[in-house]
Amino acid sequence: MATLSIEGVTKRFGATQVLHGIDLAVADGEMIVIVGASGCGKSTLLRIVAGLEAATSGRVLIGGRDVTALEPAARDVAMVFQNYALYPHMSVFDNMAYGLRIRGLPREEIARRVREVAEMLEIGQLLSRKPRQLSGGQRQRVAMGRAIVRNPKLFLFDEPLSNLDAKLRVTMRAEIKRLQRQLGVTSLFVTHDQVEAMTLGDRLVVMHEGRAVQVATPMEVWSRPADVYVAGFIGSPSMNFLPAQAAGGGRAVHLPAHGLTLPLPEDVRLPLPDGQAVTLGIRPEHLRPGEGGLALRVELIEPLGGEAVVHGRLADGAGLVVRLRSDALPGDGLLRVVLPPEALHLFDAATGRRLAA
Amino acid sequence: MMLERRSPWPHLWLGLGVLVFAFPIYITLVGSTHDVATIGRGDVPLLPGPHLAENYAAAWRGGVGRFAQTPAALMLANSLLMALLIAAGKIAISLVSAFAVVFFRFPLRMVAFWLIFVTLMLPVEVRIIPTFQVMVRLELINTMAGLVVPLIASATATLLFRQFFLTIPPEYVEAAKIDGAGPLRFFKDVVLPLSVTNIAALFVILFIYGWNQYLWPLLIVNDRSLETIVVGLTKMIGTGDAQNEWNVIMATAVLALLPPVAVVVLMQRWFVKGLTETEK
Amino acid sequence: MSAPAPASFLFRGRLLPLALLAPQLAVTLIFFYWPAVQALYQSFLREDAFGLSRHFVGLENFADVLTDPTWLQALWRTILFSTAVAGLALTVALFLAVQADKHIRGAATYKTLLIWPYAVAPAVAAVLWLFMFHPHIGLFGRMLNGLGIAWDYKLRGDQAMLLVIIASAWKQVSYNFIFFLAGLQSIPRSVLEAAAIDGARPMRRFWTVVFPLLSPTAFFLLVVNLTYAFFDTFGVIHAITQGGPGKATETLIYRAYTDGVMNLNLGTSAAQSVILMVMVIVLTMAQFRFIERKVHY
Repeated sequence: MATLSIEGVTKRFGATQVLHGIDLAVADGEMIVIVGASGCGKSTLLRIVAGLEAATSGRVLIGGRDVTALEPAARDVAMVFQNYALYPHMSVFDNMAYGLRIRGLPREEIARRVREVAEMLEIGQLLSRKPRQLSGGQRQRVAMGRAIVRNPKLFLFDEPLSNLDAKLRVTMRAEIKRLQRQLGVTSLFVTHDQVEAMTLGDRLVVMHEGRAVQVATPMEVWSRPADVYVAGFIGSPSMNFLPAQAAGGGRAVHLPAHGLTLPLPEDVRLPLPDGQAVTLGIRPEHLRPGEGGLALRVELIEPLGGEAVVHGRLADGAGLVVRLRSDALPGDGLLRVVLPPEALHLFDAATGRRLAA
Repeated sequence: MMLERRSPWPHLWLGLGVLVFAFPIYITLVGSTHDVATIGRGDVPLLPGPHLAENYAAAWRGGVGRFAQTPAALMLANSLLMALLIAAGKIAISLVSAFAVVFFRFPLRMVAFWLIFVTLMLPVEVRIIPTFQVMVRLELINTMAGLVVPLIASATATLLFRQFFLTIPPEYVEAAKIDGAGPLRFFKDVVLPLSVTNIAALFVILFIYGWNQYLWPLLIVNDRSLETIVVGLTKMIGTGDAQNEWNVIMATAVLALLPPVAVVVLMQRWFVKGLTETEK
Repeated sequence: MSAPAPASFLFRGRLLPLALLAPQLAVTLIFFYWPAVQALYQSFLREDAFGLSRHFVGLENFADVLTDPTWLQALWRTILFSTAVAGLALTVALFLAVQADKHIRGAATYKTLLIWPYAVAPAVAAVLWLFMFHPHIGLFGRMLNGLGIAWDYKLRGDQAMLLVIIASAWKQVSYNFIFFLAGLQSIPRSVLEAAAIDGARPMRRFWTVVFPLLSPTAFFLLVVNLTYAFFDTFGVIHAITQGGPGKATETLIYRAYTDGVMNLNLGTSAAQSVILMVMVIVLTMAQFRFIERKVHY
């Protein structure tokens, strides 16, 4: 168990810069989820921490010790791979024991630890099997077991759930969370799946084009996204964005396309002159049917049971998505929605950075 | 869907094929059970005779008098040793060189690879005379080493292992690194066990390749104690004189073809795999 | 050649990989490059009759070889011989493979019974055929003579040629059979069914669908068979005819052997080796180019 510090890590493959200076401090026992679309550099960052990839510049410290120049084996980390990377010719027991054998642990000690971890993961009866005789979920457990048995300072997870079917993924997600809590090992978990990220992480690192655009708790990321990218990436369906202007001395926003001016909550004041362009964001679940808001021409309704997602177009042709309770569904193809002031997100139209609210 | 109706023709043709392939062996087998007079007279028998044991014993011990030959027992041992050394040698040096080429990055890697790869194109027969001269200089004439070592320089096995190693998921290397296994340990614990079927397949091919060598042993060995069975057999025939001790020659021929045929038949599965994968 | 793995998947180090490559490189350099360079070098030299002095003669050795009528005859003979061996071995193998691919009972047994001749050494195959066609002790040799056909491959060149062709092809059929059968079995059944539904009858189906799909295999085998006929048949010829009678079965490789080993004519023998090497390289490159272009279609 240990802290992890990533200090100014950059990575360049030839002419392409993959990481533009990442800083991150992970507390002892914390579960950090690195989330982002494919190609954002999240796996590269994980591999740099593992020592499988060398950083172009910057440092990695595990438990306060600078490990930047060390081989993976010397860093005392364990990793769960996307395809599990279980050695196909070794039994489950041998797969889990391999790292311990290399480290020269006594035979009885190895057997004891493997059995203990196998029991914890409920794979005790599979120890003599070969990986190909296991189901996907069982392989996943063995891969976890191989990491846990080593009792490392740091767990690294590289999209370990993406090869499982949807139902199993949910179960294993909960399992990983439970184990990580129970063992209290500092963990780095890479995924492209925002639900996985939200449910697993103590904190999230949202990455975009080689930068960590936001590092915060899942709720913080959801309720106060740092920029337009994060706002659109986290949350499903995605946040709606509408062009708007600052108004009322920073206490309101004006939507010119709809002739609508919305007052902002009491404590919010935009640091912009009136008329300056802003991007207004609002999550589909925060739009409510009601008089006086925007008129939406409904194009498609996706029923989800208790709720439904309504896709429609505004007067200026812009698309808008609304999430409603099923009993509030519009009948005549036209829906009026209001935008509650406390649910508005405002971003600088030029930089995309969060402004207020 | 049935594309062909049941028809006796395939069986007929295949049966004929099997017959054409088996008949020369049958004649030889039968011949090896008769005495020298029967065959020398030209009364070619179609059914086995009573002299099986003595013919094979004569071949095994090498005969006496005018027909004294190198004992087949010795020649078989030489062939076996040569074939095993060639197969094992090729597999060993190819395994490690393919491992180096696939799992390391180092200067001159591609140069080394091409140096080896080019040898694919030139069988030993083409360069036989110059290679012979090199052997003379190295004083390897009439030695088992001289018989074996030049033949283990071939790119085929290296290429096969390289193709196979490229299919090993890179995550295994990463997992091994994190587990703390160095390259040699990774080779021993992961690469070698995963290569077992490929090694078996290649072994069959190379054993036969080694056993059936002809021109090279003919050139390198004139010491009878190193004679291999295939070369020894044709030396017994000489110019094909009718006065030859044909019954013993036939017994020797059977002994010469039995071991590689047994290997192919017993290890058929690996053999077919090895053949189609080394050549593609 | 597949794309190289990213460097991070690999091990570090310089000495270790070189050490691992050393045995292979050493054997290759000593027994491959050294002789090849030596052959090239000697092909430009000529020794006096006593081997006491040698001098540079430029391309004279090559000129001698290429204008020697007996060498040119051997070249022509080799082409004839190789074409016959390859043609015979390929046709018979393809025919048998097509029969074995018909999902009949006992297909596996037939397969086993047809592939074992691969294991027989060319020289031993030659001996087996010699037993059958020997004019005095051979079953068929005597039979032919009994029918009034003057059969003696030791006296008649055309008969000797026929015998070495048959013995060489016999051994190669099983190799071709394995590849043709594998090729046939990799043709998706649905393609044949589609052709059948299109109304193509079996023969037409074979020539318009099966054979084109098999052509990469066939070309590959053609090159392998030619190489085999060029070089590996040395044992066959040496065991049955020793190149005779006269020079009726002297192929290029046999000629190089005779000149180099028997006549110790180093210069021209080296020139012959170089010419043979060039021929193999051309054959192999033709094969590589073809494989690149054709195999994945």
